[in-house]
Amino acid sequence: MLSNKLKLNVAAVSAVVALAVTSGSALAQKKYDTGATDTEIKLGNIMPYSGPASAYGVIGKMEEAYFKMINEQGGINGRKINFISYDDGYSPPKAVEQARKLVESDEVLLLFGPLGTPSNSAIQKYLNAKQVPQLFVATGATKFGEYKEFPWTMGWQPPYQSESRVYAAHLLKATPNAKIGILYQNDDFGKDMLKGLKDGLGAKAASMIIAEESYEVSEPTIDSHIVNIKAKGADVYFSFTTPKFAAQSLKKVAELGWKPVYYQSNVGASVGSVLKPAGFENSQGIYSAAYAKDGADPQWDNDEGMKKFYAFLAKYAPDANKADGSVVYGYGQAQTMVAVLKAAGDNLTRENIMKQAANLKDFTPDTLLPGVKINTSATDFYPIQQLQIMQFKGEKYELQGSIIDGQLTN
Amino acid sequence: MSTVQDSAVKSAAVSAPSKKSMTVGLVTTLVVFALLVITPLFVKNFIVFQMTTVLIYAIAILALNILTGGSGQFSLGQSAFYAVGAYTAAIMMEHMHINYMLTLPVAGIICFGFGFLFGFPALRLSGVYLALATFALAVAMPQLLKLGVFEHWTGGVQGLVVTKPDAPFGLKMSQDKWLYYFTLFVSTIIYILAVNLLRSRSGRALMAIRDNPIAASAMGVDLPLYKTLAFGISAGFTGIAGALGAIVVQFVAPDSFTIQLAIALFLGMVVGGVGWLPGSLVGAAFIVFVPNIAEGISKGLSGAVFGVFLIAVIFLVPHGARQVAYYLEHMFKKLIKS
Repeated sequence: MLSNKLKLNVAAVSAVVALAVTSGSALAQKKYDTGATDTEIKLGNIMPYSGPASAYGVIGKMEEAYFKMINEQGGINGRKINFISYDDGYSPPKAVEQARKLVESDEVLLLFGPLGTPSNSAIQKYLNAKQVPQLFVATGATKFGEYKEFPWTMGWQPPYQSESRVYAAHLLKATPNAKIGILYQNDDFGKDMLKGLKDGLGAKAASMIIAEESYEVSEPTIDSHIVNIKAKGADVYFSFTTPKFAAQSLKKVAELGWKPVYYQSNVGASVGSVLKPAGFENSQGIYSAAYAKDGADPQWDNDEGMKKFYAFLAKYAPDANKADGSVVYGYGQAQTMVAVLKAAGDNLTRENIMKQAANLKDFTPDTLLPGVKINTSATDFYPIQQLQIMQFKGEKYELQGSIIDGQLTN
Repeated sequence: MSTVQDSAVKSAAVSAPSKKSMTVGLVTTLVVFALLVITPLFVKNFIVFQMTTVLIYAIAILALNILTGGSGQFSLGQSAFYAVGAYTAAIMMEHMHINYMLTLPVAGIICFGFGFLFGFPALRLSGVYLALATFALAVAMPQLLKLGVFEHWTGGVQGLVVTKPDAPFGLKMSQDKWLYYFTLFVSTIIYILAVNLLRSRSGRALMAIRDNPIAASAMGVDLPLYKTLAFGISAGFTGIAGALGAIVVQFVAPDSFTIQLAIALFLGMVVGGVGWLPGSLVGAAFIVFVPNIAEGISKGLSGAVFGVFLIAVIFLVPHGARQVAYYLEHMFKKLIKS
């Protein structure tokens, strides 16, 4: 009787030991989720190659070229990247269809860098329900870093709120007694910018901001809003606008003979597509903020990172326009993705990928401004949150001061 | 006087089939229906999702077919009705927590009213002018949805995320399969309604208007009433399609309902065959699958490849799927005889 019990115990103990041993060895083994094998890692991507936002399609092409380079250099831990990129034409229902195709039909490991706020909003719930990483989305909407509600979604570029916090920090130093007038686009972009600015100004926001005007994208002209802001006596002007309206704003302010301290959101600060059409003479002295190097700026010719970038362009994307911000963007984003995959090693499960993405410490892609570093943690899903103020002089921007942190607290 | 002469001599705006050739035979219908019922059991959930999308677009194209093929009025504004239906469903489900099945009739009724009212100003217009007026509606809709006044309900540019319903009665069926069968059920009902409508007195009145408005009016057909009714019914069905679309895609945003959608629906109708109701399904499959095929051939030139496909269809089979179906039927009969 006793011996029987003992035997049973021994059997139980040995079973437990055996289990422990096997699970111990399993830890050292390679672990894969759908989309990863010994030879390949499948990444899915959705881009507006057609439709109203097709100019951004360049980002997808750059990423494809970057992964081609990585593959030719031997891949990631011996695995080649298979980058599958589909067109959604900037249409949310199409984005849902393409996301489902990537996850259920192509069986990718994760979705990397899908572009646009509407498209990403449409697929966010689906991907989180399926527990497929939606990594480094190409939009600055602050809602793509809410790690509690959406633990499988992470942004990449500075969230709009970070950018305007940086303006607030700069403003409080430079002109602490400013009378601020704000023009913002009435959508998630403009509202995010506005909120970040107010949060950044803190208690002084209420007394400093004397005029707030919003415009609809459908309005043909925003002139009357600018006249209103000027009439209220503002001496600092924030233009949280997209390219077309940014150019209108520059022109109107010059036409009115108004000379406020002028801050222009990064989205509408492009030299080629905004300042040039608005006239360089109307753009002198305006402030904006940047986190990446300007691919066409000769000051980076001897920069180590940019040398690599130029070498990459020469070999893998000779037709790319290095003055196009999207070219620099795609390179930096793809480089971040590769860093995460390298860190994940042989444990290519979706869970581990998210863990590694949320564990980037002082990572610096070649194309970011010196001092801007990517940092993430389990409670920080905003990789880039630092920017540097720049001022337009002559025919290009000049960087001002040092890097400013626009850290968001969740 | 001259207008009377004009319209008496002028050929009809749309060359559409007569009422007998508006449908296919009973056997063919049953075979297609059986295929639609059985296929989802053997394919991946993603394919089921795509088939659901095809059915939803088929309803919207069918609705346009009633308007254009039935009453001879053009519309490039179907995306607006589709949007209203989608938003109705999304708002009811997310803000009022009403069961998704109940949102369909409401979306249909609201869109019927909307379309009926829009039909009144449209009465004064015909042909390309009417197409332009409806085009304006389609262009305006996304911006109207972004308006701050409605933002509390519509979510503005952010759109609304919709919760996907589970299969009821504890059925062990994936959400995708359940939604597919639900959509199939709804589209079957709408198809039967549409066929019966066009075979009824009202349907004959509509076709009389299409073929010759003056003659129709002389025979006692109330032109304004039937024309606006056609608009209302078409909008109502489109609204139901929109509501289903919102539930299946789980998301509505103004950018989902641009003029692109209206053009896609119009295209689907032409490819399927104007006025031939079963063609709606073929047209829907065309607008869902052919862009994907085009993208597979060339990513950079997907639009151009799609254009080539479209031109090929127009040249080879100008009457769309209807022509192919007739040809096949003809061959089949020949085969049996020999």
